[in-house]
Amino acid sequence: MAQKIDVFAKKLTDEVRHSVHNASSLKTMSRVDALWRDFEDPDAMRILAGELKQHVIENLDTYLPQAEAALQKNGVKVYWATDAQEACQTVLDIMVKNNCKRMVKSKTMVSEEIELVHFLEKHGMESLETDLGEFIVQIDHDHPSHIVTPIIHKNRRQVAESFQREGIGEYNETPEVIVAQARKFLRDKYFKADVGLTGANFLSAESGRIVLNTNEGNSRFCLAAPRIHIALVGIEKIVPTDKDLSILLNLLARSATGQKLTVYTEFIKGAKLATRPEGPEEMHLVFIDNGRTKVLASECREILRCIRCGACLNVCPVYRQASGHAYRSVYPGPVGAVLSPLLAQDDFPEMADLPKASSLCGACHEVCPVNIPIPDLLLRLRDRAKREKIKTDGSPPMEPFAMLASHPLVWKTAMQAGKALDFLPVSSVPGGPVKAWTTVRDLPQWKGGSFRSWIKKRQKNRRSEEKP
Amino acid sequence: MSSRDLILNSVKAALAPLPQRAAHPGYDKLKIVSKNFSPQQDLWVSFQENFSKVHGMSFTTFVELKNFLLSQKSRLGYCDPALTDVFAALNPELTFETAFDRNKESEYSFGITRATGAIAETGSLIFEDATTSSRLGSLAPWIHIACVKRGDLIDTIPTALSRISDDPNIIWVTGPSKTADIEGILVEGAHGPGIQICFLLP
Repeated sequence: MAQKIDVFAKKLTDEVRHSVHNASSLKTMSRVDALWRDFEDPDAMRILAGELKQHVIENLDTYLPQAEAALQKNGVKVYWATDAQEACQTVLDIMVKNNCKRMVKSKTMVSEEIELVHFLEKHGMESLETDLGEFIVQIDHDHPSHIVTPIIHKNRRQVAESFQREGIGEYNETPEVIVAQARKFLRDKYFKADVGLTGANFLSAESGRIVLNTNEGNSRFCLAAPRIHIALVGIEKIVPTDKDLSILLNLLARSATGQKLTVYTEFIKGAKLATRPEGPEEMHLVFIDNGRTKVLASECREILRCIRCGACLNVCPVYRQASGHAYRSVYPGPVGAVLSPLLAQDDFPEMADLPKASSLCGACHEVCPVNIPIPDLLLRLRDRAKREKIKTDGSPPMEPFAMLASHPLVWKTAMQAGKALDFLPVSSVPGGPVKAWTTVRDLPQWKGGSFRSWIKKRQKNRRSEEKP
Repeated sequence: MSSRDLILNSVKAALAPLPQRAAHPGYDKLKIVSKNFSPQQDLWVSFQENFSKVHGMSFTTFVELKNFLLSQKSRLGYCDPALTDVFAALNPELTFETAFDRNKESEYSFGITRATGAIAETGSLIFEDATTSSRLGSLAPWIHIACVKRGDLIDTIPTALSRISDDPNIIWVTGPSKTADIEGILVEGAHGPGIQICFLLP
């Protein structure tokens, strides 16, 4: 049986495959242009940024309490959530306590991870995505297929149909018109909302500032109109100081979309003050673990450096063919192939096929702004699946080979016996995988076993040459 | 045990087996300034160049600004009360209100606010609550006019971060609001301004 991801990819329509392939190739090119146009040595920057984030995750025991203290000093209420359930419940509790009914959300991957919208709706709260892509995902009851551009798998006709269906605007395929319809529809929602929810791209342990990177202006709106601000922050999002933001900000937008900076880079340090009467009255921040400390304890902790730029998705030959939904998780692509099985925790076996959905070409490592050795991590996870004896579809049985390869005498015998293949009528096998192979290929003459005698002869000759 | 302690204990347990912790790399080896900025160049010229690359428009005279706004059929807008005298030059064809009325947000076609500064290297405008009179005034109208003085210009991102103030809300704005969510096609004016203007105050 084929690998799950291949099964999925085969079912994709040409329309989706083209959308994903074109958009991701385009972003890969913009990334290269932006980095090499602007810097002498972008690779040195990636390496430095990787060292910086590795330093952070290996010192989270220092930085987390430091960040907490800085946040509290800024008047931010800090909460901790061990898992998705607790994180959702914490948000709900904050809303109930503050008499809130309506939430506007700016784009945050961690809220997707904990399935916040679904939870809040179940508990009678209105929760609306305001990032255009996420908004379309929400009205279509779909899932994002890319970390940065959630509807990379949809085209303008599909979006126009959804807008017509939902009564957001008359059918129109022009992207400018679609965007204007969403702008008009959502404008009113910001003013009616009680809560603005955001994530955080970075959190400075020194100052307790969270940094948000967006392009549309929706996160600014979420903090301009509503009276309560809630921020969801994965525990790995920390940087030591404000100064450390320089290199990461320079790399993030260039890696993601080829921009120098995202249009909006927001630095938020609490709610409004008597002297600064603009913005929300209160700011709440929820630190989320949800499997991250397990990842930190694993041999794949480097994946926690990730700053969610999506460059590894865009460049990945597997992602481009399979699209994001093939990864069956919030984080698709190469980063998802590492992170999703780890965050699945006890459900690791369900996701253990993902690390195999890679040719290990190394492109993801080359483009990573924090230099995560993704191919190495994929190998470590394949190894873990093997050690835990997890069966995944699409793997040929390797036990006979393992037996052969670890018993020299059996190997030697097999190599000699292999000569028999030259005399077998292999090409006349009537069907099955052998036939599929031999219709377009000849079986070469058997050459197995000759290496051992060759090296033996060579060593012998060497020794005789060395003798005076 | 509280969730806080559970998480922090898990973090400690996860890190305990590490023989040593990775050190902070420091920045001695590498200069983190892009080729978009040259120290020889005048800051305003440098800013203007990079600002126009991100589709920002800059104006230095009231006449030009007024003509542009009229060409966009703008009539009514919001203006920072501290700037009304300066922008009286736009009257009487253009009028503005000095308090952002949420019920009239769709009627305002432009907003005039003060920027705290601007970053030449990236063409970014900096807004802080201390100097920006209204977050909505700078965000909701289709055209936003941010006013800077020459003395407010900053050369690079590292300098801007080293001078970052204590304000609860600081935002760097690098061009008009935009999205490329639909087929990767760039559309300006997503939720925020579709036209971002920088006006150099005399």
